[in-house]
Amino acid sequence: MPWTRRHLITLEELSLDEINQIHATATAFKKILGRSVKKVPALRGKTIVNLFLEPSTRTRMAFDMAAKRLSADVISMDGSSSSTTKGETLRDTAQNIEALGADLIVIRHAAAGSPLYLSKILGIPVINAGDGAHEHPTQGLLDTFTMREHLGSLKGRKVVILGDILFSRVARSNIHALNKLGANVTVVGPSTLVPHTLKAMGVTVSHDLRSALADADVVMLLRIQHERQSSGMFPSLGEYTSLFGLNKTRAGWLNPKAIIMHPGPINRGVEIDSELADGERSVILEQVTNGIAVRMAVLYLCSGGQPESVVSAE
Amino acid sequence: MPSLWISNARVIDPAAKRDSVGDLFIKDGKFVASLSAAELKKAKKIDAKGLVACPGLVDIHVHFREPGQMHKETIETGSRAAAAGGFTSVVCMPNTAPVADTAGTIQQIKDSIARTACIKVYPTGCITVGMKGQALAPIGSLKRAGVIAITDDGDCVQSNELMRRACEYAKMFDLPLMDHCQDHSMTVGAVMNEGVVSTRLGLKGWPNAAEDIIVARNVVLATYTGAHIHMQHISSKNSVEILRRAKARGVPVSAEATPHHIALTDEALGTYDTHFKMNPPLRTEEDRVAIIEGLRDGTLDILATDHAPHTDYEKDKEFDYAPNGILGLETALPISLEILVRKNKFKLPYVIDLLTRKPANLLKLEAGTLAVGAPADVCLFDPDEKWLYDAKAGFSKSSNSPWHGQTLQGRVKTTIVDGKVVFNHGKIS
Repeated sequence: MPWTRRHLITLEELSLDEINQIHATATAFKKILGRSVKKVPALRGKTIVNLFLEPSTRTRMAFDMAAKRLSADVISMDGSSSSTTKGETLRDTAQNIEALGADLIVIRHAAAGSPLYLSKILGIPVINAGDGAHEHPTQGLLDTFTMREHLGSLKGRKVVILGDILFSRVARSNIHALNKLGANVTVVGPSTLVPHTLKAMGVTVSHDLRSALADADVVMLLRIQHERQSSGMFPSLGEYTSLFGLNKTRAGWLNPKAIIMHPGPINRGVEIDSELADGERSVILEQVTNGIAVRMAVLYLCSGGQPESVVSAE
Repeated sequence: MPSLWISNARVIDPAAKRDSVGDLFIKDGKFVASLSAAELKKAKKIDAKGLVACPGLVDIHVHFREPGQMHKETIETGSRAAAAGGFTSVVCMPNTAPVADTAGTIQQIKDSIARTACIKVYPTGCITVGMKGQALAPIGSLKRAGVIAITDDGDCVQSNELMRRACEYAKMFDLPLMDHCQDHSMTVGAVMNEGVVSTRLGLKGWPNAAEDIIVARNVVLATYTGAHIHMQHISSKNSVEILRRAKARGVPVSAEATPHHIALTDEALGTYDTHFKMNPPLRTEEDRVAIIEGLRDGTLDILATDHAPHTDYEKDKEFDYAPNGILGLETALPISLEILVRKNKFKLPYVIDLLTRKPANLLKLEAGTLAVGAPADVCLFDPDEKWLYDAKAGFSKSSNSPWHGQTLQGRVKTTIVDGKVVFNHGKIS
């Protein structure tokens, strides 16, 4: 099937076939990243604007890098330097960017639904780089890409997502992708951060770390934000770590071949033991590298490229 | 003013338990039993064959944004929207700019009503100074200036002590308190119902419990003080149950439901459309059904629209940042007919009662009846006509309606206030 989607807003709306196409395209691009000349002319002459209205380092740099590897011109803008601080609406900011001749816009925004809103306004492709607690589709794609590299098919695999699920767009995007890929997803953490309403998304909800981690093939940790503690979601980081932090003993409950993932930024010693983060089961830095290949694939496909023409794009 | 002869209507007057085809006669702004042969000859005759004639509709919950937010709505445009929706009496909320917490502001509102309103518009005043929930507003002065109830609508009074004193004090003037039931500590940053849908959409939810707690608080305070507390726009199943038990004990509480809470659920928010964002939020199917049942057994006394205009550019924002509220006046009747009469088999006279006599009685308004001698306020509507609702072509200054572009069934044809035709076949006269 040819790629027809212009925007990437959610993984909820992607079909399994579309996820497979992105992963296949990313595989091809990843080969390029290993060469001495890491650049292809696929998007030469195109201009990509990264509109990051919420702070980000990793995602923004990865989108930057991905666009440059595809030979696109890139302009990155953050909230503090944009006119939004002067009261300009998102509609006006985005329409100005389109009028300046951008060919594609990547948006990170604290308000859920903003990328969908822009996709209805603009005539250029919109890529969601994280909207509030809603979705972070390229993260979900790179995470599942990384899992597939290590585990092959994800059908029937047990994937555990551990931590602050309520506020996590990474968790939501992973849940949608993993469900489509046939994995069994368990979300685990304190009951305030892992509400029972998540069951409706097709996952198992648990507050018992031992049974959740038992025989898991993947454990994905999420960053615990300090501000959740001040808003009364749990008593202290110390108590969180003692109940839900991943340490060596608890890692022993996993399937021996299990991988440990984290979208970053890591709080060493809080959600994960420092040693485990750097250990041989950790694939955290691979996730970062794969993030470039996956974002290259997304930028390429949403700009009108087709999966099978990647080779010729080289 | 010519006398009016409305002929061959299905006349529904819940106060008189009347539901029969017949005529209505109006002379000098009042209903009369009949007109003389000479008067009939001179009277303006309205052939109402196939139409329902009922008391002019009464809405005790509207926002006309005057003074201070007249880019959204004015008393003039709001009253026209009301007339187009069949309403002849409405009650304005005091969350204007400045808020209506002084006799001077009430007088300013009343002056504008006298100058510009085409229907009867009644002001309310604030419970607390500045609607800040910290000190009692000059409730006695507000009463003398002409408010018919007090409310901090939109900003529920959080202090139980202050609410208790407001109840005691307002009771001295026989003024009802109307409360928007929301515990603020549980709804910080919340933009929709808390539940499965908010979890999926990643939006901050406001739980039913935040409403239920204040409804229960108000039941306790109404019991303790004997003051009449009216609970605005009930949205939660548990709140209906709390009110049901309170009413069985004879506690002086009343409650309203909105057309949108009986018609829609939070499932409508899937595309982050801000035309479905209001406060209290759309809730679940379970809540929606409970509210309909609350209306059926009288736990919820009345329908009220919470007509809340906002401009296109204010609503055209990220969901988190868009203001709460939707229009209601021009769609209330067709939506109520659709949900209550056609889908839930309520009797038409009962639904009309929810929109006329009952709300009028709650606030002691001289309205809601076709009785001889009463002010001749009439709504004539075709219960079956299907029509395309274009919010942009409506009479409100704003167009923020979730029903924009939809075909609705049931259409107001003529609205009469004090014997004067103010709206007729799509036009304000």
